Amino acid sequence: MSRPLSPTVAACPVPSTPTATVLLAHGGGGRLTHKLVDELFLPAFANPLLTPLHDGAVLDLGSARLAFSTDSFVVKPLFFPGGDIGSLAVYGTVNDLAMCGARPLALSAGYILEEGLGLETLTRVVASMAAAARRAGVAIVTGDTKVVDRGKGDQIFINTAGVGLIPPQVEIAPRRATVGDVILLSGDIARHGVTILSQREGLAFETTLESDAAPLADLVATLVATEPSALHVLRDPTRGGVATALCEIAAAAQVGVQIDERAVVVRDPVRGACEMLGLDPLYVANEGKLLAVVARDAADRLLEAMRKHPDGAEAARIGEIVAEHRGKVVMNSQIGARRVVEMMSGEQLPRIC
Amino acid sequence: MKYVDEFRGTDLAQGLVDRIRRAATRPLTLMEVCGGQTHTILKYGIQALLPETIELLHGPGCPVCVTPVALIDHAVALAREPGVCLTSFGDMLRVPGSATDLLHVKARGGDVRMVYSPLDALRLATEDPKRQVVFFAVGFETTAPSIAAVIERAAALGLGNISFLTAHVLVPPALGAVLDAADNRVQAFLAPGHVCTVMGYRQYEALASRYRVPIVVTGFEPVDLLQGIANGVDLFNAGRGVVDNQYSRSVSRDGNVAAQRAVDRVFEVCDREWRGIGMIPMSGLALRPAYHAFDAGRRFALPPGVTETKNDCIAGEVLRGVRKPHDCAAFGARCTPERPQGAPMVSAEGVCAAYFQYRRTA
Repeated sequence: MSRPLSPTVAACPVPSTPTATVLLAHGGGGRLTHKLVDELFLPAFANPLLTPLHDGAVLDLGSARLAFSTDSFVVKPLFFPGGDIGSLAVYGTVNDLAMCGARPLALSAGYILEEGLGLETLTRVVASMAAAARRAGVAIVTGDTKVVDRGKGDQIFINTAGVGLIPPQVEIAPRRATVGDVILLSGDIARHGVTILSQREGLAFETTLESDAAPLADLVATLVATEPSALHVLRDPTRGGVATALCEIAAAAQVGVQIDERAVVVRDPVRGACEMLGLDPLYVANEGKLLAVVARDAADRLLEAMRKHPDGAEAARIGEIVAEHRGKVVMNSQIGARRVVEMMSGEQLPRIC
Repeated sequence: MKYVDEFRGTDLAQGLVDRIRRAATRPLTLMEVCGGQTHTILKYGIQALLPETIELLHGPGCPVCVTPVALIDHAVALAREPGVCLTSFGDMLRVPGSATDLLHVKARGGDVRMVYSPLDALRLATEDPKRQVVFFAVGFETTAPSIAAVIERAAALGLGNISFLTAHVLVPPALGAVLDAADNRVQAFLAPGHVCTVMGYRQYEALASRYRVPIVVTGFEPVDLLQGIANGVDLFNAGRGVVDNQYSRSVSRDGNVAAQRAVDRVFEVCDREWRGIGMIPMSGLALRPAYHAFDAGRRFALPPGVTETKNDCIAGEVLRGVRKPHDCAAFGARCTPERPQGAPMVSAEGVCAAYFQYRRTA
């Protein structure tokens, strides 16, 4: 069978990449996401609360300071080892609030459901959200439901928003990273991202891995109780991974970030999967892990506090903030050489050979 | 992690660096052929550990980088066709053709799927007989056997709704082309370990003796690369144009004979254009006449190929190791991974992307 194809526009054979279309990478958390935020959203919405581009906005009410954040969840598959879209939707926003140093108070839940979705599936997701909210110590206090035509969505999309109370003395923001500060990481990396990947259609590989998705508010409360003013920056390195989160801190504070590859823990099954697929664990998404940039003189006490907490048992000191190479992240590699760690560009794709 | 950590050890690496420093008393230009090796070199900062006498040139071993624009345009045209599902490996979807890339076609509604194995394309075809599945097959000798196996399987199943747009290329003729060029500077090669795992290294013995150039079959971990360089320096010092096998834990002289036979049953060697380099005789694989029914180029009427015109991208010279990415005026300015001017900035195995990712000034 032979069919004619419409001729391609080939007037200018110089390679060019049109960018007037939204690509998946615009939602990937890397460079294109930042471009979208910087060039489209920020100019449109510009205001002093938005501009710091923290995980959440901080609303100063005089008598109290509230952290306010939102996140949307379009996870595929809906259920994966160690979690599901419901628990993720709760933890995601809880963790955004926690990264402002806040104790989460209340969440909203908005559902976009695809016509034809089994009610049993929705029931499972909602039960999981309820359990996750109990674990995180937060109430879901308002919500909304919309249904779209079959084929116009992908089973369930969830948006959550939340507010939390920021304790006195807590002043956490990316720009507060200061030369001399120490960088702590609360545990091993890339487990969540690799777990999701292992379940994805066409890539399914056998592994005993489970997502480490967890609420971080209690761990943050422990750190706040230990040394509130020494906590300069908190980040949960989700999309784009640890590398992208550190690049954002370096850029926001105009400081140099120096890390030691050997100090970053990656579990063997995770490393194995990354090696096989050609992915760099530094760029793979995490849930339930946090990066803390803290004052040097309090670093040991905060690290100890983290390690005593069940969600930070494998916490480690992975680097420091330096005056050199401002705006950039430099890593001492495993064999003792140095290299620049760039923000992820596009999506990480498995290699060909 | 077993079989990985051993090849990333600091002590072992330092010992090899010391050995290279002692041995490399005169200038030597080595080319690592494979993009995976280039990435290890840049990711681990290996060049910085080497003495000034050693210069590493980065070779043409990036499959998507050398896939001609015309073939990408064919894939784009197929992906725009209603009823056609165009499948390929991840990186290939991002490489610009003359007007657009496959990810943008997907964003505008084309059925473009990233797959991890050609078997996924076979599955898509068996699942829905009404869907015309095309697999855009790129790669070196490493990926060719799996494609060949899938084509044989499709033939055995009598599938009429799967076809292949083949862009397979072969490494040894490309090394010959690099050495034949008037401006060649390569004095020794680190040959690609994975290609040699499949093909063995007999073909490289002929190259080594004909051009009197040392060739070290080399792996992909930092210690592999350092050992490959050290062995290359020794052979160069001794003036020996022979093949050495550093990657012996994976590579044998004869390679994977069953894989070679599968390739030979399905494909025949043909002349092939390499993007940025030009036509290299007998450097590609085309389907044998018995499998022409699975040739997407024959099943669909494809638009005539465009030839690349010169822009300020120096990809061709970069891929032959004549110039480095940062010699390019566009590098990092007009040409970035978001707005690539040439394929080496796109692929995870592309040398310009590697320089952009790892080698920009700290």
